[in-house]
Amino acid sequence: MDMSVELDVFVGNTTIMDEEVYQFWLDGYTVNDAVKVRMEGGVLEEYEASTDVLLSDTMDQFRTFQMCERLLHTPAKLANQLLFQIPPHRQTMLIERYYAFDNAFVREVLGKKLSKGTKKDLDDISAKTGITLKSCRRQFDNFKRVFKVVEELKGPLVENIQQHFLLSDKLARDYAAIVFFANNRFETGKRKLQFLSFQDFAFCAGQLISNWTVGAVGKMQQLERDTESGAVRQLLNKQAKEKHPICTNNMVEDMDVDLDKEFLQDLKDLKILINDKDLLDQHKSLVCTALRGKTKVFNEMEANFKTLSRALVNIAAKLTNTKDVRDLFIDLVEKFIEPCRSDRWTSADVRLFLTYYTNSARTLDTFRHQVTWDRYMDVIKSCILKMYHD
Amino acid sequence: MPGKLKAKIVAGRHLPVMDRASDLTDAFVEVKFGNTTFKTDVCPKSLNPQWNSEWFKFEVDDEDLQDEPLQITVLDHDTYSANDAIGKVYIDIDPLLSCEAATVISGWFPIYDTIHGIRGEINVLVKVDLFNDLNRFRQSSCGVKFFCTTSIPKCYRVVMVHGFVEELVVNEDPEYQWIDRIRTPRASNEARQRLISLMSGELQRKIGLKVLEMGGNAVLGYLQCFDLEGESGLVVRAIGTACTLDKLSSLPTAVLPACNSPSREMKESPLAQAPSHGCRSSHNSPVHSAAAASARLSQGFSVSVPTLIFTGMRLHRHRSLGETGREHTAQTVLPGRQCRPPFSEDPNPNIHSSGPSTPLKNQTYSFSPSKSYSRQSSSSDTDLSLTPKTGMGSGGSAGKDGGPLKTLLRQQTQSALEQREFPFFTLTCFPPGFLIHVGGVVSARSVKLLDRIHNPALGNTRSYKLLDWNSFTADEPETRDAWWEEIRQEIKSHAKALGCHAVVGYSESTSICEEVCILSASGTAAILNPKFMQEGCLDSYSEHSRLEDPAPPSCGFCHIPYDELNMPFPAHLTYCYNCRRQKVPDVLFTTIDLPVEATVMGKGSLIQARLCRLKKKAQGEVNATAISNLLPFMEYELHTQLMNKLKLRSMNALFGLRVQISVGENMLVGLASATGVYLMALPAPGGIQIAGKTPSDITYEQHISNMQKKINDTISKNKDLYEVHPQEIIEEVIGSPIPESRQRSRLFRSHSESSDEVSELDLSHGKKDAFVLEIDDTDAVEDIHSLLTDAPMPSGFYSCNTEIMPGIYNWTSSLQMFTSVRVFRLNNVNLTNQGLNKIFNDLCENLLKSLYFKLRSMVPCCLCHLNFAVAVPEEELIQVAVTAVAMTFDKEQAQENFKANMEKAIMKVISENEEQLQFPLELCTETPAPQPFSPSKGTGHQDGGGIHTSARATSVDYSSFADRCSTWIELIKLKAQAIRRGSIKTTASQEKGSPLPEGRSRSLRCMRPFPSSTVSVVKMTPLSFLPGTRIIKYLGIINMFFIRETTSLREEGGVSGFLHCFIAEVFAMVRAHVAALGGNAVVSYSMKECVFMENPNKNQAQCLINVSGDAVIFVRESEAEATAAAPQTSSMQNLSGAAEANA
Repeated sequence: MDMSVELDVFVGNTTIMDEEVYQFWLDGYTVNDAVKVRMEGGVLEEYEASTDVLLSDTMDQFRTFQMCERLLHTPAKLANQLLFQIPPHRQTMLIERYYAFDNAFVREVLGKKLSKGTKKDLDDISAKTGITLKSCRRQFDNFKRVFKVVEELKGPLVENIQQHFLLSDKLARDYAAIVFFANNRFETGKRKLQFLSFQDFAFCAGQLISNWTVGAVGKMQQLERDTESGAVRQLLNKQAKEKHPICTNNMVEDMDVDLDKEFLQDLKDLKILINDKDLLDQHKSLVCTALRGKTKVFNEMEANFKTLSRALVNIAAKLTNTKDVRDLFIDLVEKFIEPCRSDRWTSADVRLFLTYYTNSARTLDTFRHQVTWDRYMDVIKSCILKMYHD
Repeated sequence: MPGKLKAKIVAGRHLPVMDRASDLTDAFVEVKFGNTTFKTDVCPKSLNPQWNSEWFKFEVDDEDLQDEPLQITVLDHDTYSANDAIGKVYIDIDPLLSCEAATVISGWFPIYDTIHGIRGEINVLVKVDLFNDLNRFRQSSCGVKFFCTTSIPKCYRVVMVHGFVEELVVNEDPEYQWIDRIRTPRASNEARQRLISLMSGELQRKIGLKVLEMGGNAVLGYLQCFDLEGESGLVVRAIGTACTLDKLSSLPTAVLPACNSPSREMKESPLAQAPSHGCRSSHNSPVHSAAAASARLSQGFSVSVPTLIFTGMRLHRHRSLGETGREHTAQTVLPGRQCRPPFSEDPNPNIHSSGPSTPLKNQTYSFSPSKSYSRQSSSSDTDLSLTPKTGMGSGGSAGKDGGPLKTLLRQQTQSALEQREFPFFTLTCFPPGFLIHVGGVVSARSVKLLDRIHNPALGNTRSYKLLDWNSFTADEPETRDAWWEEIRQEIKSHAKALGCHAVVGYSESTSICEEVCILSASGTAAILNPKFMQEGCLDSYSEHSRLEDPAPPSCGFCHIPYDELNMPFPAHLTYCYNCRRQKVPDVLFTTIDLPVEATVMGKGSLIQARLCRLKKKAQGEVNATAISNLLPFMEYELHTQLMNKLKLRSMNALFGLRVQISVGENMLVGLASATGVYLMALPAPGGIQIAGKTPSDITYEQHISNMQKKINDTISKNKDLYEVHPQEIIEEVIGSPIPESRQRSRLFRSHSESSDEVSELDLSHGKKDAFVLEIDDTDAVEDIHSLLTDAPMPSGFYSCNTEIMPGIYNWTSSLQMFTSVRVFRLNNVNLTNQGLNKIFNDLCENLLKSLYFKLRSMVPCCLCHLNFAVAVPEEELIQVAVTAVAMTFDKEQAQENFKANMEKAIMKVISENEEQLQFPLELCTETPAPQPFSPSKGTGHQDGGGIHTSARATSVDYSSFADRCSTWIELIKLKAQAIRRGSIKTTASQEKGSPLPEGRSRSLRCMRPFPSSTVSVVKMTPLSFLPGTRIIKYLGIINMFFIRETTSLREEGGVSGFLHCFIAEVFAMVRAHVAALGGNAVVSYSMKECVFMENPNKNQAQCLINVSGDAVIFVRESEAEATAAAPQTSSMQNLSGAAEANA
């Protein structure tokens, strides 16, 4: 070569960004790899561009993204910074894509402590998932950043995330799940849980956040005020008022990240359902009467009723232990989902069982913890249904 | 004490962390103007401090207001050690001094540090209260408006064009001061930035004074440049065209008299009434000798071209023994002497009649040592007596020494003389009828040796205050002035040789390498309508002058201005193809934009000639001689290339020609850029013929015929591409003073046979006047190589270096301004000229290819005002910087192109073209021009309707367009369309353009998902207009100079990362200043300097960038129409809207 490019820059008054190249950058491609892929994509033929042209363009854009990265860490800055003139909808795209993550990656770190220790494992995760280390780091740092910001904040988790990181509703909910899982350190990595996708967990997290956290109480209050809905809500509200005088002061200590300790304590009361033999039999007969003839696996249901009921109530009663909270999902799988599956229950069967199981308990004369029961079972039921697949 | 400057520091945001311990910053602000400094309170522990300070008030002279910037420094308070500076903001107060421009500066400014770049932002409010001052003899020129725009600004009317104004100031470069060895790079950079800011302020003020003296109130085409001469100093010089402008307004009562401008009174002075047209013939001798010199040169390398690229090469030796000695003594005396004897010694201020010129002559002469050594010493002597010095070294301080009245009178006399001295115009675009004839390009270059200034050591405690440096470098401007003086004289004499009395599209530039400096000036010789130079004439020109104009407006400018029997150079004349009455040349080269009245066929095309020449490394005079010996050959080569490439595109005229020759240690790099067009008034160009050596073998002939075929193919492809299909008209050759065939063949490669043996190969272009290219020498091979390596533009792209692309009238509003910089390192030390040429050629071609690729989403689009700047920053390095704007146009037309190309439906294209050609004519006659010649007028008219059609068309047309494009391109295009509409989701809303100015409406509409965006969109363009919009207010000139340095080059992403960031920062700072003035765009933007230096071994780099432009407020055409009834209110709303957005 008689010459080499020493310096090569292109700066537009409106920052030029190619979404395809942005994705390569996010995915941790090197410039050369990106150029290779782009060449295969046929850009060259369209514009008679040489490799040099493509290389120069790719480098420029990678540089631009790198310079933007600092701003993307606090997306609110992107709208107010002066360095890059980026149309608002492009800003939205940049942020959304930057905070997007790979399901394969998130499954690996979900529920893990977002610490340096975990960061060290990223090499292994990268090797395992085939996601570049650079991309793993970005995703991990995103999780950690969101976690750190939201941790300190009061108010509803999803809204906080949306406000601080300007993410779409869907993505903000996913992040809420990640934060929630990381905070409560739910176990998701065991072999038995491998069949569950991130979206399964995200759904469960959503359920837990909106029903079992301290913030949930406040939100329900709000909901009640807004819509005057359902008796159960009102009851719950009333109960909450008694137990959380703070909540009534409207200055709700809206903690979406932590589970409602009082509620977990109350769950111990549910043990009566399995400890009181009469109650247990009564419950069983109510459920079986209702189920008879409605399912092919009725016999299995009848046979397993006590085991399953004990399992569910025991899970509830143990939730005051942090360790057992962490094992919530593994317990659900081992103690409920797996037995049902081995009896070849269909999803519909599970739904049927859980519906009648939940509803029947309400009609038990001597059972006085309907509110707690419903709050518990609503979540458990929807979680199990979500998790009940191959 | 005629002014009160008020500043208020509101808040900061995104500040950097200055205290590692707390991760916070204790910020406070120092506000400095002149020698007065105020401080805000410390806002402890915040990265987003709210100071909300009181109004800091500075009571200052308006002279200072013009010179000094407001300096805002953000610091981190530190109890125990020195406060750390976070960064600075310099705010130019000038726009507030004209009552027609901005009234308040308010907004977020990036806090800039020369080492760290942008570090957060600060919100500042600035106001100026000017007291009415009737003192006629003051030094300020408040109220004179400056425009970078080289045409008449859109919302103004020209009452009178006064003519050329120029000025330069010199100072020692702080970078080379003794103190620089001990101060930090930051301090040194800031010293430099501040100094240049002061110098440009002073320069502008001085130019303003000249304008006032001439009776004008504005400077158009203001071109300010820096010469970094290293140890010999720093020169800031500017040229411009003085005019009297009137604001156009539908409400005449709204036109306020210039509030504090003395121009009204000044006009009454008879001295100020300087007719600027016509040359004085009293100084025949210098003109003759100059003309003789150029004639000699032109014979050597510029034959048969109806254009002169004259090159006046003169070498001036500065440092012969006796000279240095003398100069040295003189300088030791200087500091005490003040260098202003004519005035300080003059006891009577009222006597001014013959005062200035005589003593000045002596004065200048004795301080211009170069003169006595000049090869044309006899003529320069005469020159000087006729040409009063204008720079006067310390014009600013002169008033203080000799009293303001004297200065004024002196300057009046001077400018009156000068008017006649240089009938130059920096404008490139003129009202119809202004240009009567255009002669051709005139240019002059001169090689100079920069002399070291042997200053008595500057007191190291002394700052670089304006008043100080006047005293020690006072002779410097004189020398520089004399240099430019010479060049201008030469230009003038060239113009005269072409039978022209004026030079339009005039510009000056320098290239410096070590101690050698090439000064260049070029322009277009022209005959102007003298009426435009008389007051009041333009008031009525639209009704009368055109009718009285003897020449038909559409072709008049092409007619030769010179005497056909006594032509300055051999040319090939025919009767005008338009009017058939006057003679026209076969090719026309100009430095101006295509006149609106011109009729062209098809589209235009960027044409570049590129050339590198190796040169031996040398010092001093030897080096200078070597360079000046090379220059004529380079000019000739560049000219040949331009001509060949023009022919290859079947075009016959070049506009916007800019020839740059940059000097490096071991090479010279030449780059000529222009926009080629086919002028209907000129004859159709012939083809290009290749001739080989006379005794030739079969393979050789085969080779030749192959090449001929390639050339013919390219020509016919180009004809389709540019839609140039001239009708075959039998040519009437007349009045060529040299026998035709001989002259033609001699033109290129001095071979006398016009080689008939290849003519049979020349199929479609087999005209008798085909160009003959001899390929028996290496140069010719090179020529052909460069001819054929110009890659065709990708379909959908056009490019030009003029304001508008000839042949495209239906611009849509999407635009993208960009700057691209490349530096190449030559690795092979043993390069030949040829190898070097190929490298340079490839470099430029690849750069263009990259641009097309980058901007592919805008197709169909045109790269306008493509401005290449080459430099040789170091040995083995070539730097190319490009600034341009990509503008989209309605693709309906473009699609027709595609069809035409594919079907070869030539006839159809011709008829279409003829239709298109009606546009400019119709517009000229139908539009009752309140803004007579604005290019956007011509295009904007179309756009009014065009917007809607294009908006409607996009959704429909993509399907058909997609046949040619793969889907992803379409996707990108759709996205690009979405960007244009400012929304990506709502397809339904694509139907309508936004009724609000785009920037604001977009930021408002899209604010919804975001908490708040305080950043308003600012468009930037090197053009003087924005398609589809109307500029309703000019807010003032933007002229900014920045230095960025790093000592951690690798960490910042290497040289590319460093420069990328810096350019983005410069853009950001320009936008912030415009937004703070209440503007939403910068027009006539240019990056005039980009000096990049690196030292990778030390992990260091430094870059200097100088940018300028006009801050404006624009409104969409559609909105402008809606609010036409109340333009006043609309502009007010816009202003308040801007203020709100910034608050």
